[in-house]
Amino acid sequence: MTDREEKISELIKNELNNVDFFIAYGRGYDPIHVKPLFVYEEKDLDDLVMNIFCIHNNASYLKTVKDKKVGIVVKGCDSRAVVQLIQEGLINRDNLRIIGIPCTGVISIKKLKEKMDISRVTEAKVESDSVIIKTSDEEKRFEKDDLLADKCLWCQYPTPVIYDHLVGETIEPSRPKELEYKIVEEMEKEDLNVRFEYWNKELSRCIRCYACRNVCPMCVCQDQCVMESRNPHWISLKSNITEKVMIQLIHAIHLAGRCVSCGECERVCPMDIPIFKIKQKMNQIVEELFDYKAGIDLEATPPLYTFQVEEAKIKEREW
Amino acid sequence: MAEEKKEAKIVGFLCNWCSYGGADTAGVSRFKQPTDLRIIRVPCSGRVDPLFVVKALESGADGVLVSGCHPRDCHYSEGNFYARRRLEVLKRFLPFMGIDPNRFEYTWVSASEGQRWQQVVTKFTEQIHNLGPAPKREEKSDR
Repeated sequence: MTDREEKISELIKNELNNVDFFIAYGRGYDPIHVKPLFVYEEKDLDDLVMNIFCIHNNASYLKTVKDKKVGIVVKGCDSRAVVQLIQEGLINRDNLRIIGIPCTGVISIKKLKEKMDISRVTEAKVESDSVIIKTSDEEKRFEKDDLLADKCLWCQYPTPVIYDHLVGETIEPSRPKELEYKIVEEMEKEDLNVRFEYWNKELSRCIRCYACRNVCPMCVCQDQCVMESRNPHWISLKSNITEKVMIQLIHAIHLAGRCVSCGECERVCPMDIPIFKIKQKMNQIVEELFDYKAGIDLEATPPLYTFQVEEAKIKEREW
Repeated sequence: MAEEKKEAKIVGFLCNWCSYGGADTAGVSRFKQPTDLRIIRVPCSGRVDPLFVVKALESGADGVLVSGCHPRDCHYSEGNFYARRRLEVLKRFLPFMGIDPNRFEYTWVSASEGQRWQQVVTKFTEQIHNLGPAPKREEKSDR
């Protein structure tokens, strides 16, 4: 166990009496896979890890445990989801114990997979700015920045925005903010019909597994989700492109002004559909129109829950 | 219209108190208007979920028009203020998915503005005719 892991362990041990359980990160089936760890008693802590592979957003579980007292380990980006949920009154701050982890980025397994065979990894370690992955027959060294998840490359919130305990020193944001909407801007260089065809092509792969919705920390409707309801009947069970596009449009529209850019939707997509782009476009619009970023300020009202009589940035309709 | 054009499929969501009344006024005053618009009456423009618009467009509508009371004139005081935010977000979002933003407009028409309704509907119908029928989505199975 590293120093940091021991500190987290210690904190969880002390807090365990105050909560029903703790959500942290645990060892997976190999060194590069980490899984969410639910700590009910001290011995569960044996599996605890906190490293560069802890990419999951544990805040995704909070929607399922509304009335319980829960402890949670969050990175900067995850903490935004916690704040947004509290802002909307969906969870109660008093029921939460939050351990914040300042973070300099987490590794995208998809990116690693493109560079090497990861089926037999025996060891993984980080040395300053490089990541070393050992398998049974080779050892590879990568630049850390080449493997980081996209969201980490423009991260503006390396230190959690909400916490009870902070493990380690606060980190000032050092990544370029301009990169944030780069994927969106690239896309917008294309013509309208190219974009139309692009999404038809990408979304054709969708198998309607709803992983993107299930993992989304802000998709709180659960069993009431309109994607699966018969009444209202927004989408049918047909497997065609219209329904697949509709799923993403519903997700994006329901997240307008709420999405915290954790990128989990795209990470979990088994068909590698770049759906995070859609969410980022929505975030860009909301930021432009309302100068608002979701999950930063506990006191702020999400922009679509309110209005201004004179909107600063919405032009009156010309006709 | 000089030549006979194929009718476009346009869906209009009009609020009960202003725009639906405005359309009624236009009719009672016997203003000539294009017939492409199918009107759906809603209690308030605040009732219009952006998904109504998206669903209409995805189901094959060539254009969607949302119209409500002028800001500050809402029958329910503030419904159209919420609508304005939502619809503006939607209007900016559609082109990203490859849908022409001109296929969707939102506007404000009051119950007394029969003349204005005629202008709005004529202009929007013309706009949709110029764009032509909406492109159909086709599944691509090259994986």
